[in-house]
Amino acid sequence: METILKILNEVKPGVDFTKETDLVNRQILTSMEIMLLTSELNEAFDIEITLPYIVPENFSSAKAIYNMILKIEEEE
Amino acid sequence: MKNVLEYVEQAAAEHPHNVFIADENHELTGEALLSQARRIGTWLIQKGSQKQVSRSSGFFQKPIAIYMDKSPACAAAMLGVVYSGNFYVILDTAQPADRILLILNTLKPAAILTDSAHFADAGGLISPSASPEEETEPFIFCLEEALTQEEVPSLLSQIRRQTTDTDLLYVLYTSGSTGVPKGAVISHRAVIAYTHWVIETFHIDETVIYGSQTPFYFSMSVTDLYSTLFTGARLQIIPKKYFSFPTMLIDYLNQYKINTLYWVPSALGIVSSWDTFAYKMPGFLKNIMFAGEVMPVKCLNYWRSYLPDAVFSNLFGPTETTDICTWYTVNREFANDESLPIGHACGNCDSFVVSEDGTKIEPSDTESIGELYVRGSFLSCGYYQNPEKTTEVFVQNPLQKDYPETVYKTGDLVRYNSFGELLYIGRRDLQIKHMGYRIEPGEIETACNGLETVETSVCIYDEKTDQIIIFYQGKGSPEEIGSLLQKKLPHYMCPQKIEKLRQMPHNANGKTDRKALKKMIGNITK
Repeated sequence: METILKILNEVKPGVDFTKETDLVNRQILTSMEIMLLTSELNEAFDIEITLPYIVPENFSSAKAIYNMILKIEEEE
Repeated sequence: MKNVLEYVEQAAAEHPHNVFIADENHELTGEALLSQARRIGTWLIQKGSQKQVSRSSGFFQKPIAIYMDKSPACAAAMLGVVYSGNFYVILDTAQPADRILLILNTLKPAAILTDSAHFADAGGLISPSASPEEETEPFIFCLEEALTQEEVPSLLSQIRRQTTDTDLLYVLYTSGSTGVPKGAVISHRAVIAYTHWVIETFHIDETVIYGSQTPFYFSMSVTDLYSTLFTGARLQIIPKKYFSFPTMLIDYLNQYKINTLYWVPSALGIVSSWDTFAYKMPGFLKNIMFAGEVMPVKCLNYWRSYLPDAVFSNLFGPTETTDICTWYTVNREFANDESLPIGHACGNCDSFVVSEDGTKIEPSDTESIGELYVRGSFLSCGYYQNPEKTTEVFVQNPLQKDYPETVYKTGDLVRYNSFGELLYIGRRDLQIKHMGYRIEPGEIETACNGLETVETSVCIYDEKTDQIIIFYQGKGSPEEIGSLLQKKLPHYMCPQKIEKLRQMPHNANGKTDRKALKKMIGNITK
């Protein structure tokens, strides 16, 4: 979880990602930032986030991103 | 016909049941759109005449700023301003107040039209009333209030009688190289001439459903908006967030049976870099146009491989020619390291190429590089409140001195290919002089973009250290990229610094942000 928060803060400084639960609808993350975020997550966790995972539910909060990574790791 | 509204009125009468503009939540038929616009127009005329008492001049042929999100209601506000005999300027609600203030300082709008959602923020755009210039502060009007007004046809027709096709329709601000935005002024005539070309060339009619990506404060939106309003097509606004989630984007295209796109290449690139079509296909796309920046051929080839029957067109031009001055419809195969032509001049718009010594370069000459000039009805009349910048680029035709004829110097370097098509080489002001050679950054970018492992790249020249720097996004390491480039480029064009980026920065319009990259250079070259 800490790694995720660190990456989020690098991608988009100045946001308290421990509190935000609606990153998508509040338009905190742009399309380019989501692309950047996934490539950073891929590298940090040695996973491959494929297109089917790129849905709003998986990016609404740091917790949602965490759950997505767990799911991908399980499947791999 | 002299006024864009006459074309919209005609299309609305011919296609009374067609939705002209819609987003996820709202849709407006042509008549509903015009009815709202007439009420807004009437309201502005009446407000203008009430306020006139305390002012030197009322609301006629004055700028009215619109501070709203992209929506059907925003289009009604734009046309409402036109009904009132004024011209509109769209402000980006997501932009920092500082840049908006830069615009408002030169624009000095008679009024700011906003909606209840942005009313408080719009108030912050006006300096405190302590200002000695209080008299010239714009009024802020709320759209919801304006819509309570009944239309008064006699007032509207009185205004219409006074208008001509050389009246301004809008002012569109582009970023000036010095950081102060420049407002290109565009007349009814320019938009009418340009829209006729769009409709004819791309067969726009009432069966067209556009998936609209570009913001209303960006010149590209003029193309899909006005070709829709003139024909009874449908402009389906795509909410920004869908570009974050490509499968949802494709669902949206399919849900609304979108058959026509006019997007920036970066937006098309989101779809290709996720390999979206391997998962989900758009079912209705027929006509795909793009402009605003160079289209990487690799991205184009991805789209073409999945949509072999669709027509792809590369449009090229600056805000100063309404949107576009030349275009090329893709009619042959291109290798990933080739660049796509920008083609020929549009109809009722002419382009020519002038060499550094002031002579015309003929299409048979495929060697010489020169500057692209444009003439004809698409041209802007200049920059708002900026005669210096205007006379720099809106100049007497250098090829004839017999009668006054203003042409536009684009600042773009081009040459002809063996097909007689124009090729874009780069911006004149970005041209690099390095080791005695004249180098086009675009040529280095094309070579780099052609590499298997590179998704996109931007070449920047650092004058201070005389270094060529290439930024790229992709898989290979800088060392690998460097050695591959050495095989493709002459030694003097090989970059001294190769920087890998996780993500290329983009500006508000979705284009690659060269200024942001330029700022990064300081850290790299140390």
